[in-house]
Amino acid sequence: MATLDDLKKRIASVKSTQKITKAMKMVAAAKLRRAQENAEKGRPYCEKMNNIILNLSSGISDKENTPKLLSGTGEEKVHLCIVLTSDRGLCGGFNSNIIKKAKAYFKKISEEEKTLKIITVGSKGYDQLKRVYKDNIVEKISFKDSKTINYLDAEKVGKLIIENFEKKEFDICTIFYNKFKNVITQIPQEQQIIPLKNSEADGNSSDDNYEFEPDEDEILSILLPKNISTQIFKAMLENSASEQGSRMSAMDSATRNAGEMVDKLTIEYNRSRQAAITKELIEIISGAESL
Amino acid sequence: MSEEFKIEIVNPEKSFLSKEDVTEVVVPAFEGEMGILKDHISIISFLKPGIIKIFSKSGEEHYYVGDGIVEFKNNNLSVLTSSIFDIKDFDKDKINELLQQAEAHSSNSEITDQDKYLVDQKIDVLKTLN
Repeated sequence: MATLDDLKKRIASVKSTQKITKAMKMVAAAKLRRAQENAEKGRPYCEKMNNIILNLSSGISDKENTPKLLSGTGEEKVHLCIVLTSDRGLCGGFNSNIIKKAKAYFKKISEEEKTLKIITVGSKGYDQLKRVYKDNIVEKISFKDSKTINYLDAEKVGKLIIENFEKKEFDICTIFYNKFKNVITQIPQEQQIIPLKNSEADGNSSDDNYEFEPDEDEILSILLPKNISTQIFKAMLENSASEQGSRMSAMDSATRNAGEMVDKLTIEYNRSRQAAITKELIEIISGAESL
Repeated sequence: MSEEFKIEIVNPEKSFLSKEDVTEVVVPAFEGEMGILKDHISIISFLKPGIIKIFSKSGEEHYYVGDGIVEFKNNNLSVLTSSIFDIKDFDKDKINELLQQAEAHSSNSEITDQDKYLVDQKIDVLKTLN
């Protein structure tokens, strides 16, 4: 059994760990509020963009000449996956959940014997993927330096994707990120951005006749690359809200666990202190009796 | 009959402006300035760098935009832009900063004709503001 001194030291160390996790929880809670606000503010832009593109693509008359970003290259050989993760750890299952989702997708691709390319955004994703998929990772991007999520960062990623697409480096592009539902629930998502999937197409948009200036093709060819950046930006916003939420709940339970541990150790400490006193008493009494 | 319609300006970070009592909006569309009144036909167009003028009952407002897309549908005008500034808050330093960026971009030799046209537009607009 551990000595009294050892127990005392352990209690002190658990207590200071608890202080750290508690502070981290507070920080995460403050950041979460901001991130959540940003994510909500960013939604209208993204939705509007999506609507315009849906309206445009349903109005296209010349199906043959639709831009490749919308219709795809006609092949499905090379898949590019953008895995968005955080730059910092200690946020529960946040990164692992994304990676798990992504790995399941990677497995499916390799079973179909297609080529896989990966771009990781955020250093944690790279750390987790490099062991198995080192050869597949074509690029790693990290925004450690920028304190807040800004559109320029998303645009950089977007441009990189478009450049690669124009060089015909890949046929299909999918992004992985965590969608923020609430503080304790984040849902890992996979979303195909090239070619654009019209899954959310609503019927009421098609009957409108739009006037275009300049013509549809030109609008689409400018709008589609923009949309890629917007989608990535949205994913980044959702991701940052999710990260903070995940960290907050992880740190909350860590604080609680530390509390439990302190209780348990304190009881053990008190018991052994009591035992030592009793032992001494018995020694004194039996010593006195023998006189 | 009321002559008002709704305008919403959003940028990636937030919903920048939302007004319900707008009577006329002039946007710097790709092929020239375009005035929009109520019951305009549905239209989608691009913006080039310039000034958006919003006329409403409460007065006239001016905003500078660097780029963007406008959509008008069912008397809802949506403007999507990634760079927008209220002229009132637009100070000289900011203008000069943007101007320098644009000039650096313009003198880049690899620039496409279309980009060049847009950047030159931007420089012109910024110069008039200055």
